[in-house]
Amino acid sequence: MVDQLMPQVGMAMVEVLERLGYRVDFPERQTCCGQPAFNSGYRAEARTVARHFLDTLEASEAIVIPSGSCASMVKNHYPSLFEKEPATLARAESVAARVWEFSEFLTRVAGVEDVGARFEDVVTYHDGCHSLREMGIREGPRRLLAHVRGLDLREMQPAEECCGFGGTFSVKFAELSGAMARTRIEAILRTGARTVVSADPSCLMQIQGVLSRAGAPVRTLHLAEVLASR
Amino acid sequence: MSIEFDRKIHRTLEDANLQLAVYTATGRLKDGRTEIVSPAELPDYQELRTEAHALKKHVMENLDHYLEEFERNVEAHGGHVVYAKDATEVTDFVVGLAKERGARLIVKAKSMTSEELDLNERLEHHGLEAVETDLGEFIVQLAHERPFHIVGPSLHKTRYDVAELFTKNLGVAREEVPEKQTAIARRVLRQKFLAADMGISGANMLVADSGAVVLVENEGNIRLTTSAPKIHIAIAGIEKMIPRAQDLATFLKLLARSGTGQRLSVYTSILSGPRREGEIDGPEEFYVVLLDNGRTRLLADRAKRQSLYCLRCGACLNACPVYRKIGGHSFPWVYSGPIGAIITPQFLGIGHEPALPFASSLCGACAEVCPVKIEIPELLLSLRGEVRKAEARERKNLLEKLAFRLFAWIMTHPRLYEMAGRAAAATAPSETGGWIRSAPALMNIGPLRAWLSQRDLPPAPPKSFRELWRRR
Repeated sequence: MVDQLMPQVGMAMVEVLERLGYRVDFPERQTCCGQPAFNSGYRAEARTVARHFLDTLEASEAIVIPSGSCASMVKNHYPSLFEKEPATLARAESVAARVWEFSEFLTRVAGVEDVGARFEDVVTYHDGCHSLREMGIREGPRRLLAHVRGLDLREMQPAEECCGFGGTFSVKFAELSGAMARTRIEAILRTGARTVVSADPSCLMQIQGVLSRAGAPVRTLHLAEVLASR
Repeated sequence: MSIEFDRKIHRTLEDANLQLAVYTATGRLKDGRTEIVSPAELPDYQELRTEAHALKKHVMENLDHYLEEFERNVEAHGGHVVYAKDATEVTDFVVGLAKERGARLIVKAKSMTSEELDLNERLEHHGLEAVETDLGEFIVQLAHERPFHIVGPSLHKTRYDVAELFTKNLGVAREEVPEKQTAIARRVLRQKFLAADMGISGANMLVADSGAVVLVENEGNIRLTTSAPKIHIAIAGIEKMIPRAQDLATFLKLLARSGTGQRLSVYTSILSGPRREGEIDGPEEFYVVLLDNGRTRLLADRAKRQSLYCLRCGACLNACPVYRKIGGHSFPWVYSGPIGAIITPQFLGIGHEPALPFASSLCGACAEVCPVKIEIPELLLSLRGEVRKAEARERKNLLEKLAFRLFAWIMTHPRLYEMAGRAAAATAPSETGGWIRSAPALMNIGPLRAWLSQRDLPPAPPKSFRELWRRR
């Protein structure tokens, strides 16, 4: 999704990582983690794509992903996907141990909270459900944002609700997904924020899609884009 | 998706009053729970969940043993245990006993198990009158509806709806004040309690080492149901078993907190056997019907067995952003919300409503609040896989299968992937100045149409990430 729809997110992530002194590589044969097939119940197809993921990325020292949902797919669901293939399972577990969601990499591996960013705006942070509940990422992104100069972070009430994207759910149950998203943007608008930040591109696409349809003067940005700006 | 499922969802989403009622009521329950399981209020909450999960797991793995222990202890106290395979066997037992004792009027305590069996309709069919005595259940019974919510059966009804129902069915003057409505129900029900020949309840828990049936409630109607009539029958799924009375310390701490945000329900009754000599109240006869109705089939499935750990607290419904939008009546069976989505296909068969396991964004809020840590999202994913296997066997949904085969093929061929990406970007609908609001008629089909029916679509960027990366 970042490659095809939000290339600026990938570029921003590269910029932040390089600013911190990391050498960034992009193995060009990589495509997708296979989650769309997995979540739709097509396990064989998901396995095919997951094997490709392992083939293309297992040589890397650390795999940093600008999506908590994709990172969780590799970390939490590859093991169950390959439970009957011991050899692939071992590879999957080895790769999973090196997979990091972007904010997680910054706070837990690089050990930084201040990446030297400046971003003057009123911002609210939307937790991607898989980041939050499958990866246990809650404080990290908030601490990173708290150190951005000029940024005024405001929490939504309620803070941790789903935007209603859910992959193919967004088109299979479109009306329901839309209703969930509209409830979410009410919470966003109540904060008075002009920018919604998240670490999950798919949430951003859903939220921006509904904001745009409603004509609300609020934009969405990926966490990496905020951290890259100075 | 069945047309019925789709239509019910649509209707609920369109009903602004219902939306507000459900969102508000579930929100209140949800916030109440959050506060009362907070570390300040219950420091060992997470340990209690882990323990409850472990206890339930242990019981399911040794259920034969505990059922026998429970039975021995019930009989020792002068009660009787009846095993029932399904709704027909339960009905036959109740009707048979009613005939023998000349019973006609039955008062009922709120019980999802009884709802699962359509027991009231079955009893009425045999000429028995079954009256629900929980206020919420009483209301939905008058409305000829099934419970909207596991814990709050009538939370979708406004006081005006109730006023309407009471005037129409009870022959009373219109009354819109909830307290006064409660007084009306109380008056009507009190007469029923006094006249009833038999009381039927469910069970929140069955305690093996004491042969006891545990019931929690706030209204006191369960106490009356189980003690005023001469006969008390408790109908419980076999999965309600817990090993020891001391385990109540774990489960009772979790149940009301999770369900209604209370430390304990107003009443907790621990019933073991009929009235004994020298006791001033209690029924003369005490029966526990242990119900299978598909549970042993679930028990045999090692991976999904944990579905049987459920305490029916309803916390997952209140936490679920889907339930809070589509409500309880959109679901195809009496069990709604996340727990309904995982047990319905297992009880009624995967083909009953194949779309049900897909009606979730997999946000995981349900698993987060489940007091016995049932991994609901994992079970949904597993059920999704089973739906696809069934479709493959029956050669159904072939187009979608083909689409995902194509997806897998493209995603494993990077050059093809890049070409497909470029082609999609070149042909994608575009709009000057930002996000795409509509697509040309010919393209406005399938997933694109579904997406655009609700929200705008991001425009394709001039260059993909890999193109930008190469040019660095």
